[in-house]
Amino acid sequence: MTTLRPADPAAARVWDIAAQVPDPEVPVLTIEDLGVLRSASVGSDGVRVVLTPTYSGCPAIDQMRDDVTSKLREAGYERVEVDYTLSPAWTTDWMSEAGKHKLEEYGIAPPNFRAAGRQGPVLVQMAVKCPRCHSTSTREIARFGSTSCKSLYECTACLEPFDYFKVH
Amino acid sequence: MSHDVELDPHADPHGDLHGHGDVSVDELRLADELPGSGTTATPDIAEYAMRLGDDALILSQQLGWWVAKGPELEEDLALSNIALDLLGHARALLHFAGTASGRSEDDLAFWRDEHEFRNCWLVEQRNGHYGDTIARQFLFSAYQAELYRELQQSTDPTLRAIAGKAEREVRYHLDHSAQWILRFAGGTDESRRRIIISLRDVWPYVDELFVDDELTERLTGAVPRPSSLRAGFDRTVSTVLSEAALEIPQAQPAWAQGRSGIHSTLMGHLLTELQWLPRRHPGASW
Repeated sequence: MTTLRPADPAAARVWDIAAQVPDPEVPVLTIEDLGVLRSASVGSDGVRVVLTPTYSGCPAIDQMRDDVTSKLREAGYERVEVDYTLSPAWTTDWMSEAGKHKLEEYGIAPPNFRAAGRQGPVLVQMAVKCPRCHSTSTREIARFGSTSCKSLYECTACLEPFDYFKVH
Repeated sequence: MSHDVELDPHADPHGDLHGHGDVSVDELRLADELPGSGTTATPDIAEYAMRLGDDALILSQQLGWWVAKGPELEEDLALSNIALDLLGHARALLHFAGTASGRSEDDLAFWRDEHEFRNCWLVEQRNGHYGDTIARQFLFSAYQAELYRELQQSTDPTLRAIAGKAEREVRYHLDHSAQWILRFAGGTDESRRRIIISLRDVWPYVDELFVDDELTERLTGAVPRPSSLRAGFDRTVSTVLSEAALEIPQAQPAWAQGRSGIHSTLMGHLLTELQWLPRRHPGASW
């Protein structure tokens, strides 16, 4: 989703600063990798960044807003406004390929198919690959895990438990 | 409107957290969180959003009771996750509902009395044992899945946006409770016997979800008719129950009037726990 980065150089600079903010719960990912960063603009009354929450109740969004604000203030922008938008609704389809790769390196299995596979009468079943040994002999232990966005899995090859970032 | 508040969009967030009825204003400018920010709900849309928001708030509060009491760690996490999703929906809906009367989401959650709540009776029903909670959740999620899918056709952009987000989450809730219905029904004689009773106990509160009234008639086109959601709900429920070889429960509908602010005897106890802290320590914030 790099297409969201503004073409205007001044706005792009704001984008690039905001894009460095990590997800407090999955610090290996930036808000850009996640698709949470939606837009950046520069106006006469300061700079404006728009984020979208991942899950409705996700507490990380407030932390992300504070982090974006302080990063931009550190960079010398005095008037910073961070807004949220709910529409279009966030989906894991927006996660960058680089982000998925970083997730796996970090030990979290990335979302492994498009969100459309979760709609309609026939739900797609895809193997989840163990981020450690890359075996596909894995099983879901708990659909709801340590955060809203993750499930808990177990690898039956290397016997290690791991988190899986749910398709959403 | 005893808690009128004027939110100054340019107020210094660290400045005067002035009380309004001794409630501090959340310094987060929630008005900006929603699409079409600055939009104000009409009184009718606000009343409708309050029904949905109160349903989500009360059920979230109920599920929160299970934290650290779940039958196993995974279920503890599942119910807290579902509670968190519902609280997120409640925040968005109540914030939006409050725009019509100048009240914040916290005003609506903590400073209304029982007769001002608009939630259905189903969400007031006791947590009971784990099967009771699952039976209640299954029926409610089946209803919400229909509701939020249809509400994405709303003429109101804020309701559309909230529904679009909520539907994805509710689909997980529905799947989770449906899986447990199947496990209980196909588990042991004891688990099967008990889930049948659990479903029968909450069944009287289903009809209330699908009643059209003056408000929903006035909002025709803007929001789905509750009665129009029944067929989809029945399909979901009968699919899962027939898979579990369970019969659709037979029970007289309860005289449930939650949408008019008349609640079951369980509601007062719920609110006492939900509201005591901000009422005991007005203006306190984390």
